[in-house]
Amino acid sequence: MDCAICWGPRVTPEPVLEVRDLRIRFGGVVDAVRGVSLDVRGGETHCLVGESGCGKSVTALAIMGLLGRGAVRSSARLAFRGTEMAGLSEREMAKLRGDKIAMIFQEPMTSLNPAFTIGSQMAEVFERHRGGGRRVALDRAAGLLGRVGVSAPGLRLAQYPHQLSGGLRQRVMIAMALMCDPELLIADEPTTALDVTVQAQILRLLVELQRDLGLAILLITHDLGVVARVAHRVSVMYAGEVVESAPATDLFAAPSHPYTRALLACVPVPGVVRRDQPLGSIPGTVPRMEPGFTGCAFRARCRYAMEVCADDVPLRLQGPDHRYLCQLVV
Amino acid sequence: MMAVRLRLGGTLLGAAIVLFVAVLAVFAPLLVPHDPFAQDLMGRLAPPMWLDGAQAGHPFGTDQLGRDYLSRLIYGARISMLIGTATVVTSGLIGITLGVLGGFFGGLVDDAVMFVITCRLSIPLVLVALAVVSLVGSSLTVVVLTLGLLLWDRFAVVSRTTTMQVRNLDFVSAARAAGCSRIYIMWHEVLPNIVHHLVVVATLEMALAILLEAALSFLGLGVPAPLPSWGLMISEAKDYMFFTPWVIEIPGVALFVLVLGINLLGDGLRDLLGATRDA
Repeated sequence: MDCAICWGPRVTPEPVLEVRDLRIRFGGVVDAVRGVSLDVRGGETHCLVGESGCGKSVTALAIMGLLGRGAVRSSARLAFRGTEMAGLSEREMAKLRGDKIAMIFQEPMTSLNPAFTIGSQMAEVFERHRGGGRRVALDRAAGLLGRVGVSAPGLRLAQYPHQLSGGLRQRVMIAMALMCDPELLIADEPTTALDVTVQAQILRLLVELQRDLGLAILLITHDLGVVARVAHRVSVMYAGEVVESAPATDLFAAPSHPYTRALLACVPVPGVVRRDQPLGSIPGTVPRMEPGFTGCAFRARCRYAMEVCADDVPLRLQGPDHRYLCQLVV
Repeated sequence: MMAVRLRLGGTLLGAAIVLFVAVLAVFAPLLVPHDPFAQDLMGRLAPPMWLDGAQAGHPFGTDQLGRDYLSRLIYGARISMLIGTATVVTSGLIGITLGVLGGFFGGLVDDAVMFVITCRLSIPLVLVALAVVSLVGSSLTVVVLTLGLLLWDRFAVVSRTTTMQVRNLDFVSAARAAGCSRIYIMWHEVLPNIVHHLVVVATLEMALAILLEAALSFLGLGVPAPLPSWGLMISEAKDYMFFTPWVIEIPGVALFVLVLGINLLGDGLRDLLGATRDA
C-alpha cells in the first residue's frame, strides 16, 4: 500500500471495521451523521478529519454503541470482523468494548478515575475481560507501561492520576487500551490536549504499536498535520457526511472536494507561509443539519457553488480508491 | 497559616470528642461507677462535686430518683451514638441509592426520584413520629426507624447533584468504552468520587439525628423512660431546673459538646478530602 509513511504494516485485505450508511439523529431534529461509510483494515490507520461539530466524535461513539439518550442510530451495516454489531445486546457490546475494540479519549486529564491508582484501573480492564488474578493483570500492566515508554512502571502502578503529567496520562490511557490486545483502537483526538513535543511522541508511539501489533486504528482528528504523519487512509467529514475519502498520499497530492482543498489551504507550512500573507480560512461555520436537507451541505461556504448544488450530489471517482461528493469534475 | 492551624486544631478537637464519646458508648458497662438504673431515694438530687454538699462516689451528683448522674450520662452516650450511626446508615442507604440512580440515569428515573424527595420534604418529621409512637408505642427501634426512614433527603439531594457532575466526566465514558456495566460504573466510578461530599452530609445528619432524638425524647416521643437518653434526662430534669440547675446543665452541655464535635469533624473532613482531590 502506498502510504504517507510506509512502515510496511501488515495491512489485511478484509476490513476489521466496516461501516455503511451510518446515520445518527438527535431528538428527531438534528442530523448529526448523514450516511457515513468507511472501512478500517488491520494494520491500517484511518483518519477521520473535520471541523468541530462535523459529527466525527459522534461517529466514534456510535461505533462503540455509546450514544446517549435521545440519539437514534441506523446503519446499513456496522460490522466488526464481519459480525454485525447493530443487533448485539448491551451485554454483548460490553464484552466487545475494552476487549476487542478499545477507545482512547481526547482529555487525558479527566479520562482516569481520580479515586483509584493507575495499577488498579489498568488491572480492572484485564480482569473484567480475561479473568485471571490481580497479580497477572498487574504484571501485564507494568509490561505495557514499559512498552508505551513510561519510566519506572512498577512505581507508576501505585500512583494516582493526579501525580502524573498529561503526556504520561495519555500513555497510561493507551497502555490501558492495549490491556486485552484489541484489534481495533478508536482514538478520539488523542493528542489535541497535549503540547506539541508530547504530541509527536504519542503519535510515534501509536505508529510503532500499530506496526508491532497489527492494530487497526480509527483516528479522529481535526489536525491535518497529524493526518499527514500517521494516516494510511483519510476520510474528510463535513456536516455529518464523508465528503472525500482516499489513501493519504492521493488526498494530499490531489485533493478533489472544495472543502478538502480549503482545509489544506488553512494549514500554515513553515517556510512557505509568509508573515505578510493572510493565513487561509473558510468563512462561516458548519451548518446545523435538519431532517429533509438536500444538496451539498458545503454550498453556502463554497467558492464554486452553483445552482445544481441544491440538488442531490453525485459521488465521483478520482482514481480507483479515491471518492468525493461534489458536482465538480476535477 | 494561622487559619490552617486553627482549622486543623478544630478537626482534631472534633475527632477527639467523637472518639471519646464513642469509647464511652462502647465500653459503658466497664466504665460506669454505679448501675445507671439503681435508685436511691434517700440520696436524691445530690449536687455534683464542684458544688457544696456533694456526696462521695457521685462526681456528677444524682437525679430526682437518686440514680448516679455520671453513669446515666455514660449510658446516654450509648443511645446517642447508636441512634446517630444507625440513622446515618439507614438514611444513607436509602438516600444515596435514590440520589445516585436519579443523577446517573436522568430522565424518567430522575423525575421519579425528585418526586419521592419532594414527597419526603413535605412530611413533617415530628408529626410522623407522634403518629408512629401513638400507634406502636415508643421504643429505641421505633426512634431509629422513624429517623432513618425520614432523614435521607439531604443524602439524596447531594448524591444526585454530585452524581450528575461526575456522570459526564471522561473517565465514566472511558469506563463504558472499557466494557463496564452501568451498575458497576455507579458503584466503582461514581460513588468513590462523590463519597467526600457524602461524608460531610453523614456528619451533619448524625448531629441532626442526635438532636432530633433528644427533641423527641424531650417531648416523650422518643426513647422510653428508664433508658438514660440525654434528651430524656433533660426532659425529666426540667421540673427541677430552678432549684437544682445542674440536672439540666450536665446533659445539655454533653449534647452540645458532642454535636459540636461531630460538626467540627465533618468540616475538617470536607477540607481534607477536598484538598487531595484538587491537587
